[in-house]
Amino acid sequence: MSDLQQLYQTIILDHYKARHGASAEPLAAIDQTSAQRVAESHQLNTSCGDEVTMRVTLSPAGAESTVDDLVWRGEGCSISIASASVLNDTLRGLTVAEARALLETFREMLRSRGKIEADEDVLGDAAAFSGVSRYPARVKCAMLPWVAFEAAVVEAESRP
Amino acid sequence: MTSLVPPTTTAPTLTDVEVERIRNDFPVLAQTVNGHPLNYLDSGATSQNPISVMEAEQEYYEQRNAAVHRGAHTLAVEATDAFEAARDTVASFIGAESSELVWTSNATEAINLVAYSFSNASLGLGGEAAERFALAAGDEIVVTEMEHHANLIPWQQLALRTGATLRFIPVHDDGTLDLVAAAEIVGTHTRVLAFTHASNVTGVINPVAELVRLARRVGALVVLDACQSVPHLPVNVVDLDVDFAVFSGHKMLGPTGIGALYGKARLLAGMPPFLTGGSMITTVSMTEAEFLAPPQRFEAGTQRISQAIALAAAVDYLRETGMTRIGGWEAELGQRLVAGLAEIPGVRVLGPGVGVERLGLASFEVAGVHAHDVGQYLDDAGIAVRVGHHCAQPLHRRLGVTASTRASTYLYTTTDEVDRFLATLREVAPFFGVTA
Repeated sequence: MSDLQQLYQTIILDHYKARHGASAEPLAAIDQTSAQRVAESHQLNTSCGDEVTMRVTLSPAGAESTVDDLVWRGEGCSISIASASVLNDTLRGLTVAEARALLETFREMLRSRGKIEADEDVLGDAAAFSGVSRYPARVKCAMLPWVAFEAAVVEAESRP
Repeated sequence: MTSLVPPTTTAPTLTDVEVERIRNDFPVLAQTVNGHPLNYLDSGATSQNPISVMEAEQEYYEQRNAAVHRGAHTLAVEATDAFEAARDTVASFIGAESSELVWTSNATEAINLVAYSFSNASLGLGGEAAERFALAAGDEIVVTEMEHHANLIPWQQLALRTGATLRFIPVHDDGTLDLVAAAEIVGTHTRVLAFTHASNVTGVINPVAELVRLARRVGALVVLDACQSVPHLPVNVVDLDVDFAVFSGHKMLGPTGIGALYGKARLLAGMPPFLTGGSMITTVSMTEAEFLAPPQRFEAGTQRISQAIALAAAVDYLRETGMTRIGGWEAELGQRLVAGLAEIPGVRVLGPGVGVERLGLASFEVAGVHAHDVGQYLDDAGIAVRVGHHCAQPLHRRLGVTASTRASTYLYTTTDEVDRFLATLREVAPFFGVTA
């Protein structure tokens, strides 16, 4: 497989079309009076204008707090959009601690310039992004939804 | 009886043989990228350097490196002479007097220089001579919807600092300016009209004379962004009758770090400085300073000496090749690009269609494939293009896209490179599973 085919694996192009977890409509404003721990983050890639808004709902605070729900809306290249779709499949339902650990694994793999072999057992479909790590200019694309998720979780956790 | 015999002469242009010879002067072009010969179609962002430019810079550092306009030793004199000779060369290239050419780091800094000088005038600096540059609430600065951010944001900021209002001339669906709207927008309150000579996105060449006429009617100052015209077309700022013009060295075969501001002598003479410090003063006390005449008034601190000398070498190269012929060659390549793009299913060209005047560049979108992915696929084939908003977000929004892909040519671009780019682009939609 060429580097380019490695970058654009079928899994990625499929997720680009399927857009799991994407909202077809603009997200309604968050109900600030709700008792739910819900928050969102909007991230922008200034070099190309790609953007994603990731909204997460966490279960009540505690060691076993989980990612109960997530929804996103975005516009961007195949890498950033597929990454948001994969994030939806990968992190939904995990505990916050598990999601964070997985996010770090994903980030390390992307930043490794191809040196870290992706562990499919750990990363699932997210392992398909291993080819991105050979293209430093595209790491930001793949990370965009994950950075939004990370920021949204921090925000949601600050809610009682 | 009028003769209906068509003209037999064709527009001057380069030949394939000449372009091949030119390519030998650009070592960077002779390399493979990702296993393919480099196909560099990003000269609109930055151009490549001929050997003569790199040699000029090296020769300066090897033989006469010294601070200019200070010191009396031999090297300092030689460096000053070379630096000022470079100014003569670049000024005459655009039809200006040497005293009308101010060195800047790039075109962005040149526009900021004008905007900040006006800003300082608005604060009362520069006395009576600077009054005509002062802006206040009620005054209007007019730009266009097709501006590069460099010719938009400095004016947004100037409006914020002075209370002036920023207005813009809209563009049509084909990327050309709405001149009917322009005639209404440029009015008695207009103090500054700033616009690009040619769009870095659509390749549209604006009717400078008509816009200048609108400005003259109301006594507004004209600032021309010539970043995409000076490198590619014959440009004479006196013939164009603009008050200011800016351009960047690295887009015209020169090095990075050098650009220039042209300003009419009588205007520069009344403008307060932007950056202040050494080299731009006459008498200094602990409380105040007198400033030098232009251009030195606007050149504070140690200058970009080697870059200026190298830029003059670039100008020599362009002049020897001939700007009319370079412009003719690129016009052909631009038409070849846009005609080829029009034939690819799912590809939409931004700006004028086939047969309409444009620079030797074309921006486009591929239905269903993001520009970043288009660029990645092309790069894998050794083809370098620009992807994104090309520092013109408002124009992209106006044309209904967030990002586009741009192929831009120069005097060293071959017809074969354009054809190879078009053939590779055909593969993009199928690769990404998009059917047009």
